[in-house]
Amino acid sequence: MTTQHNDSLLRFMTCGSVDDGKSTLIGRLLYDTKTILADTLNNIARTSQKRGMEAVDLSLLTDGLQAEREQGITIDVAYRYFSTGTRKYIIADAPGHEQYTRNMVTAASTANLAIILIDARKGVLTQTRRHSYLAHLVGIPHIVVAVNKMDLVNYDQATYEKIKADYIAFASEIGLAQARDIKFMPMSALNGDMLVDRLDNMNWYQGETLLDILEAAPAAHSDQAEAFRFPVQFVCRPHDSANPELHDFRGFMGRVESGSIAVGDAVTVLPNGYQSKVKAIQLGSEQLQSAQTEQSITLLLEDEIDTSRGDMIVKTSEAPEAVKQIEAHVCWLSETPLSPARTYIVRHTTRESKAKIGSIQYKVDVNTLEQQATADLKMNDIARVTFKLAQPLMVDSYDKNRATGAFIVIDESSNNTVGAGMIV
Amino acid sequence: MTTKQPLSHLDWLEAEAIHILREVAGQCANPVLLFSGGKDSLCILRLAEKAFRPGRFPFPLMHIDTGHNYQQVIDFRDQRAAELGERLIVRSVEDSMKRGTVVLKTPDEPRNKHQSVTLLEAIEEFGFDCCIGGARRDEEKARAKERIMSFRDEFGQWDPKNQRPELWNLYNARVHKGENIRAFPISNWTEMDVWQYIEREKLELPSIYFAHQRDIVMRQGAIFPVNVPLASGELINQPKAGEEVINMQVRFRTVGDVTCTAPVISDADNVSKIVIETATTTITERGATRLDDQTSEASMEQRKKEGYF
Repeated sequence: MTTQHNDSLLRFMTCGSVDDGKSTLIGRLLYDTKTILADTLNNIARTSQKRGMEAVDLSLLTDGLQAEREQGITIDVAYRYFSTGTRKYIIADAPGHEQYTRNMVTAASTANLAIILIDARKGVLTQTRRHSYLAHLVGIPHIVVAVNKMDLVNYDQATYEKIKADYIAFASEIGLAQARDIKFMPMSALNGDMLVDRLDNMNWYQGETLLDILEAAPAAHSDQAEAFRFPVQFVCRPHDSANPELHDFRGFMGRVESGSIAVGDAVTVLPNGYQSKVKAIQLGSEQLQSAQTEQSITLLLEDEIDTSRGDMIVKTSEAPEAVKQIEAHVCWLSETPLSPARTYIVRHTTRESKAKIGSIQYKVDVNTLEQQATADLKMNDIARVTFKLAQPLMVDSYDKNRATGAFIVIDESSNNTVGAGMIV
Repeated sequence: MTTKQPLSHLDWLEAEAIHILREVAGQCANPVLLFSGGKDSLCILRLAEKAFRPGRFPFPLMHIDTGHNYQQVIDFRDQRAAELGERLIVRSVEDSMKRGTVVLKTPDEPRNKHQSVTLLEAIEEFGFDCCIGGARRDEEKARAKERIMSFRDEFGQWDPKNQRPELWNLYNARVHKGENIRAFPISNWTEMDVWQYIEREKLELPSIYFAHQRDIVMRQGAIFPVNVPLASGELINQPKAGEEVINMQVRFRTVGDVTCTAPVISDADNVSKIVIETATTTITERGATRLDDQTSEASMEQRKKEGYF
């Protein structure tokens, strides 16, 4: 635990099927990094005892809801935190149950690293393939394949090497091995081998521990040079203020979704195409010379331009296209099926548009990765869909830019978020 | 292109929180910021300054006063709202009691859970479609499951089994009339992050967060403050017969209703000492300090289902 302020931050997720030890892994990670405090530990020790278990069940840490505790299952994505001397971590803990696809896509959308757990006794399973495909689809840059439960195969190196070879073969088949940085490691989450401490059971493995990998993983969204994208969230016009200097203040507030911007850069406001230059960049009362991805700032331009929420400020030299039709991979999240007859709302960055379904080209069987024809989409389906839009959206492909390539679909009657889209 | 220097974790958390506050302002017609004078809501006020200045906040501040608050905290609340020049609305549980919408079982019962009733009445009175709050996911297990934009139905109920999926940083705060969103800009912060942010931003806090001498008794395994003067001059939390009153150096990790919030033994009289104490403590923030969370394993979840923020 640290008291310093300059830690970086990494968001990661864990995936795997029921009973592969995911909750135990998170519990162990929190326990070994001394994140679990005495009173919490006493609580779960009491519950373990009540349920007739001999040892403290660390997986109880992650079951937060009454129904989860009653049924001993995990219902929904939860977020957990721990911190080391150098880094703060946010874990998206997605349950492995039948609602796997939508929960996994949800957790994956904010993760920069995924730990895919494989049970050493079972090897690469359908679930492993499914999770890997989804991690690939949602564009998680770093993958750690953790072969867990090594204690149950006598810490046998040959078993580990076989699973690793099987996984590499499969990952090459789906293009994951080519596109992503994949690391492999053996572990026993139950006993704590190779999570934070190496212990002595697998001296044949000289690679990094899980915590070493987490500590070294790049925190940035992407190491590519991305184009500057600044969706306008809110326009600040304090003209009713008593301060006359503020009378002409017009600040465009938002978060730099990608790229960077500096004072003096030439910019274009989309979709209207007005051009100007950056006069000032502010973060609170602080004046910045430049700003980078993920900073929430206020931009002041040299010219008075009529701009509102939903517009996007970009560098003139790298403007995206404004389009009224998009093609995307869509994960359907709702119990109410997608109906091609209905109109939906698409929310992309800070912009909303009414949308109609152009066509559903196919849906993917996430078990076999086979493409199938379909007339509608049910919960957890993943499909390739085209949308016709009432308003133009300024988009990039999801491959190039996770922020401007993503959108959600909202059902106007319930206001629910019913779909997640990744633009092709 | 040179390698990007990642944001420090505090800068990242700050940027995320500002983004969430601006989404509320951009998406909601009539939001309100719940402000208690406590450390979490004081962080949110600083974040709101960074999000909206030089403009005014696009929402008023509101405190649901149980009537059982430390006077220093109430004074601090009023002072801070005045310094910022923002509108402060106060609605009190005691008014709900007078209306008969809150009925206490016993006069000295903790009023934290009754805040839900007063809050829902205020939401209806002003027609708020979003309440911004300082809750954090690390506080409690049920909170770990909560969305950043958390949907509540027209009865203010949270349904943990039927939450809106929340993907990327695309938040959905749309509601029909009568429903509302509870927005939590510091969801991803821990107690430690809050103290580090307070230290970095040099935020002022009510004095009861810092070590001070106080009369206490030991009750239900917790250090329980006794003989606490209210604004009315009335002393509450009288010691029970047989309880030994001790004067001890303590501070509060969390500020809430006087009747159910316990301090911890501490000699940390400034923020940097508190940061160090937070790093080395073996007890969670609510572990020994919130008597109302301990009634059952699911007490927070239950209260949230009933409309608690």
